[in-house]
Amino acid sequence: MRRPMARRSTALVAAALLLPVLAACGSDDDSAASDDGDGNGRSSSLVIYSGRNEKLVKPILDKLEKAVGAKVDVRYGDSAELAAQILEEGDRTKAGLFFSQDAGALGALSKEGMLEKLPQGTLDKVDAAYRGSDGDWTGVSGRVRVIAYNPDKVSKAPDSVHDVVKPEWKDKVGFAPTNASFQAFVTGMRVLEGDDATRDWLKALKDNGAKTYANNLATLDAVESGEVSLGLVNHYYWYERVAEKGEDKVGAKLHFLPGGDPGALINTAGVGVLADSGQSATARKAVDYLLSKEAQTYFAEQTKEYPLAAGVTSPVEDLPPLDSLEAPDIDLGKLESLQETLAMLQDVGLV
Amino acid sequence: MTALDPAPPPPPRGSHQATDPGQRPAPDGRPAGHTAPAGRRRARAGRRAPLLLVVPACVAAAFALLPLGYLAVRALERGPGYAWDVVADERTLLLLGRSLGLTAVVVAACLVLGVSLAWLTVRTALPGARAWGVLATLPLAVPSYVAAFTWLAAVPEIAGFTGAALALTLVSFPYVHLPVAAALRGIDPAQEEAARSLGHGPLRTFLRVTLPQLRPAAAGGALLVALYVLSDFGAVSLMRYDTFTRAIHTSYRASFDRTPAAALSVVLVVMTVALVAAEARTRGRAGHARTGGGTARPAVPLPLGRWRIPALAWCAGVTAVAVVFPLGSLGYWLAAGTSATWDLDGLAGAAWATLGVAAAGAGLTTLLALPVGVIAARHRGRGARLLEQAAYAGHALPGITVALALVFFAVRYAYPLYQQLPLLVCAYAVLFLPVAVAATRAAVLQAPPVLEDVARSLGRRPLRVLREVTVPLAAPGVAAGAALTFVVCMKELPATLLLRPTGMDTLATRLWTETGAGSFAAAAPYAAALILLAAVPSYLLGRHRT
Repeated sequence: MRRPMARRSTALVAAALLLPVLAACGSDDDSAASDDGDGNGRSSSLVIYSGRNEKLVKPILDKLEKAVGAKVDVRYGDSAELAAQILEEGDRTKAGLFFSQDAGALGALSKEGMLEKLPQGTLDKVDAAYRGSDGDWTGVSGRVRVIAYNPDKVSKAPDSVHDVVKPEWKDKVGFAPTNASFQAFVTGMRVLEGDDATRDWLKALKDNGAKTYANNLATLDAVESGEVSLGLVNHYYWYERVAEKGEDKVGAKLHFLPGGDPGALINTAGVGVLADSGQSATARKAVDYLLSKEAQTYFAEQTKEYPLAAGVTSPVEDLPPLDSLEAPDIDLGKLESLQETLAMLQDVGLV
Repeated sequence: MTALDPAPPPPPRGSHQATDPGQRPAPDGRPAGHTAPAGRRRARAGRRAPLLLVVPACVAAAFALLPLGYLAVRALERGPGYAWDVVADERTLLLLGRSLGLTAVVVAACLVLGVSLAWLTVRTALPGARAWGVLATLPLAVPSYVAAFTWLAAVPEIAGFTGAALALTLVSFPYVHLPVAAALRGIDPAQEEAARSLGHGPLRTFLRVTLPQLRPAAAGGALLVALYVLSDFGAVSLMRYDTFTRAIHTSYRASFDRTPAAALSVVLVVMTVALVAAEARTRGRAGHARTGGGTARPAVPLPLGRWRIPALAWCAGVTAVAVVFPLGSLGYWLAAGTSATWDLDGLAGAAWATLGVAAAGAGLTTLLALPVGVIAARHRGRGARLLEQAAYAGHALPGITVALALVFFAVRYAYPLYQQLPLLVCAYAVLFLPVAVAATRAAVLQAPPVLEDVARSLGRRPLRVLREVTVPLAAPGVAAGAALTFVVCMKELPATLLLRPTGMDTLATRLWTETGAGSFAAAAPYAAALILLAAVPSYLLGRHRT
């Protein structure tokens, strides 16, 4: 009674295992064949390691393929993990171009000398505040930290992050401590105001009953539902939601902080060309394309970020122009001391 | 180990060592140990493992040890002093304590859930026992990050230790349930009947007679759970509970520094070796196959009486939180989402790719695990023990560390394979070898060794005995191990992200992409497909009877 049952399930498992193996062998041949072209890093093709999400950048990278006139393969991953992978690959890296979600990962590659200096003509397209000080990476699009507020609960949002730790906002503030942009903001505050002041602010934030969320979107949700009155988020989440639902259906508004407040930090997504990949020529073309009018317009319209080049201004309604923002004056390269920021967040008990 | 030996009359000490070259089989193919006057089991222990088994086993072990080589290179990059400073840091010790605390709680909870459900579904007259048994294996199909996410979305206050422990327990208790259920089916009920006839009540019989026999199975499962908890990053990071793996990730993510990450990983390896050694001590020398005459009767199901309703409620409750709840949450997102776009082509492509790599991964892992498992079950001694420990050594490492290790080696020594499917399949084998080894070892242990002795006494050579007796007898268990490996390969994310061929997507990587873009409604179909597909082998595991 037992044996046939065992044998049948064995056969089933074996069959289930074997079928896709055969399929995998077939598809393996396909991929091997299509990969032949870029095996030796011929400049006719380009491999991009993208730390930016596929959903956000695939449309523009598809257009980039046509614009540079070469086959483009994109490998998506987490910015930091891809940076670690490139460091591990060393001079045999497959990546010709690294497209990072934030400046930190590019700075890490720059520090190890893995990035190639970009032509001055390319660098000049972007304000020096939004590119690497060694001239080996450049920002492509920018995002600004803002305070989201629920207009039913709050008539006027505070003008500084220093205000949200005051008693009047007790239990009314939401933020995402594990979010990279929040951590970049804390790092910026450390650079601007020093470690002690920042630690005190974080402690005060916690003691004031600020609520933590998994990410910016969850924070925005909480502001909309009235669970909290204020949320520390990036600007574009709100604009995406407005584009999806219409402004009158979104129960939150944004406040851009004035006066160079640390809470108004601008961070960038950027690109760098790998020095050892043998794809430099194509990769440089790709950088120029990402800074072109077409690509900059895409970032402005589709991801609701700030365009940084080609004189493109964002057509998004209600979005204050980039040069009107009173962002803190800070060298993005200095945001690399994230390690100390994380240690601080851990000490305070926020992550 | 000698402390656990039941005082064997002293045959030459070397006969206990699988790798001892002194004991060659006689030319006629009969083992030298065969003539020893000692009992059957010890004769087996003394038998030298055939070279054709030892060589592939060593290959498998070398495979599993690859990440350790990488860790040594990276950890010592700036000298042992630097590595020691990282490891001896106060915060490192604190995190180590937190990781071990979480591991202890999850293992204890898994033992309670796994053993209770196994006993209820195998040994009692629980209504619908078989169905409950199958349901209890389905949580295997739920990735830990999905479980954590669904709980966090429903009960945000749960974040922290409670949430991490809950999510990890609910996805990993089948690691205990499955081997314990198999062991319960394999135990001859005559012993329990004898205990009852001598005046023990049902509870005492369970505690004094049944439980000790379940110990090896439960300890093996608990070991896998412990290593899984130590290595997990998805659930603890979502639950914002700071553990050792988070410190490793922070080192990569925040300082882009691989040296402290490697130094910390070495600590995980040391802990793994200690845990594996501890587990080995619980095994003792007890035989696990029936050796008496005749055939064991199936155990008579214990009537539950007034405990029927509480028992049913317990099974239903566990199923509800571990299976129904995550699926229900996904269903809710599927129904409620506005950003849900059913990209059927993408879904089918990712599903097909997932099945392909997971099957190849399970196939290779099982193949590599077979010689290690057979040696671990049939041969004792230092060599056999080292082989098995080598297979486990890297199992508590976070996926990202193993993935970077393979990047390191592939780029240097196997560049044509780099970012090709075979390398990804190898990564799965490195990551999940212990899962298959544990299943193989248990299956071989339950096959009566006397049958092998008979085959050998009839002149079969060792390899033929392996092919014609051991493997067929262990096949269902080995297949179960393959199915289990298949499921864990399907869910794997960090190594897949780094090692997949450029442009290939599995369900897990699509799920990662969609949640990264914040569209949970668009992520839900991938999560649901992953769980449903992984549920098929899990279901077969639940139905599988040894």
